[in-house]
Amino acid sequence: MLKQRAETLGVHIILVAYSLLAIGPILLVVMNSFKTRKAIFGAPLAPPDTTTFSLIGYYKVFNASHIVTYFANSLIVTLVSMALVLLFGAMAAWALTEYKFRGSTALALFLSIGIMVPIRLGSVAIVTMMRKAGLNDTLTALILVYIAQGLPMSIFILSEFVQQIPKDLRDAARCDGVPETRIFFEVIAPLLRPAIATVAVFTIVPIWNDLWFPLILTSSDSTHTITLGVQQFLGQYITDWNSVLAALSMAILPVVAIYVIFSRQLISGLTAGAVK
Amino acid sequence: MAEPLSQVVASMPRGRFLGLLALFLGPSVAIYTLFSIYPLIATMALSTYTSDGSGTYSFVGLANFVTLLTDAVWSKPFWNAVWNNLVFFAVHMAVQNPIGIALAGLLSLPALRFKGLYRTVIFLPTMLSVVIVGFSWNLILSPLWGVAEGALKAVGLGSWFAPWLGLPSTALVTLALISVWQFVGIPMMLIYAALLNIPDELVDAARVDGLGQLRIFWHIKLPLVLPTIGLVSILTFVGNFNAFDLIYSVKGALAGPNFASDILGTFFYRTFFGNQLQVGNPTMGAAVATVMFFIVLVGVCLYLFIVQRRMRRYSF
Repeated sequence: MLKQRAETLGVHIILVAYSLLAIGPILLVVMNSFKTRKAIFGAPLAPPDTTTFSLIGYYKVFNASHIVTYFANSLIVTLVSMALVLLFGAMAAWALTEYKFRGSTALALFLSIGIMVPIRLGSVAIVTMMRKAGLNDTLTALILVYIAQGLPMSIFILSEFVQQIPKDLRDAARCDGVPETRIFFEVIAPLLRPAIATVAVFTIVPIWNDLWFPLILTSSDSTHTITLGVQQFLGQYITDWNSVLAALSMAILPVVAIYVIFSRQLISGLTAGAVK
Repeated sequence: MAEPLSQVVASMPRGRFLGLLALFLGPSVAIYTLFSIYPLIATMALSTYTSDGSGTYSFVGLANFVTLLTDAVWSKPFWNAVWNNLVFFAVHMAVQNPIGIALAGLLSLPALRFKGLYRTVIFLPTMLSVVIVGFSWNLILSPLWGVAEGALKAVGLGSWFAPWLGLPSTALVTLALISVWQFVGIPMMLIYAALLNIPDELVDAARVDGLGQLRIFWHIKLPLVLPTIGLVSILTFVGNFNAFDLIYSVKGALAGPNFASDILGTFFYRTFFGNQLQVGNPTMGAAVATVMFFIVLVGVCLYLFIVQRRMRRYSF
């Protein structure tokens, strides 16, 4: 009994230590972003108090960068891409699992290439294509690429969910003469709602955090996303520690807030979707 | 498996059935083919051309690849990037995955309290942008700020400190460890989920036989999650051989010091877009991307044909 208790204690010590290693650096950055320059260097590990508290870094970030535009761009790109990935992915997953036709397996395999082969490797042609189509430096270009990037995984995950829907449901509807499109949109689609969290893990996070495509496809401040905007801001202001820490914190905090709110769904989605 | 189509769908006129397929599959297949598969093929095609700078392209067969692999101007940085990429991958396999497995093993212990909290906290860095993570560590490890040095001094190891990110001998491994710190959550979650799927009877039988938790984990659970470890390895491989963001944000496109942290992603970026040292070259960039594609392909095939087939017999 005593041995077991010592073991449990040991396990908790290891997990607490690792948890501190995981959030320590994040806390350190956020904490110091609220301090004066002197306090950042004088006592990096001390939390801000009444004498060291300062928002100077945040003022500078707001005044010196288009952070609000970047943020809005990221929001537009991520939400539009995610909505279309979900819609098109669900439609394709439904058709592939429900209507077996000649070539359906081949098509499913074709669509799954993108799970393993990163779309990034086609960048040279993507840039050329977007320039020719006049989509260079637009959010539309980013959205199209992100939909193509997100579809394979979402079709794969949503197919698992479609297969779990009882067959009786759609057959009953069919007997009543309901057209196929209405069966999908009114019977099947609402049942796929729990899959949204899972698909979200695999689409929203990589899109929001992506640096590569904004870097090669956008060139003006009005189309930069938050990840690229912060990256360039940090590059320019690398010696201004207040601004750098504030910019980092502003990029960290929304993600952390969303993550903390949805962590249960995100983690169960991740584990459920990935193990199959 | 193929379930017979329900009467209604089967008796549908052929034209209407095709129309239905076009409606449901059309958008996905069109966008995916146009913006994912076509660019890959077009990039490979472009790698067999060369440009004279005025926009006219001429077919040169495999000459770009010969240049890349044999001409010292190209082959030296190329092999340097390949080697660095292998080191980057080796660090992930040697550090990230064992830590991920160990954490998953601890979290899956029965009746452990605060499980959800630990899971949430340890997975948090994975959600952040690589750019943010790279810069944050850049500050923490900076001798200017002295946080890392102070932390080492506090435990009596002050003399160990060095500006790791700035030294050619340690920059790459340090960057790899930053990446490990960020992404350890992925192997942890995947293996944790696989461990939860192990039937209780197997573990109970072992416990009745008097095996301790450590031996149960080592002899029973670990062999059962080998397929997941295989999956984690291939995901790590594909991710590492396309890594770019971290090196670019911390070290810039030149992947310094003196290309010590240059990997295929940054080499590709420099080749395609150019930088302070050279002008961008789309055809050579396409050749580099094609080589990267084949590296990923070899890895994936190896996984599919060897690792997965061998490991199948453990699965249930």
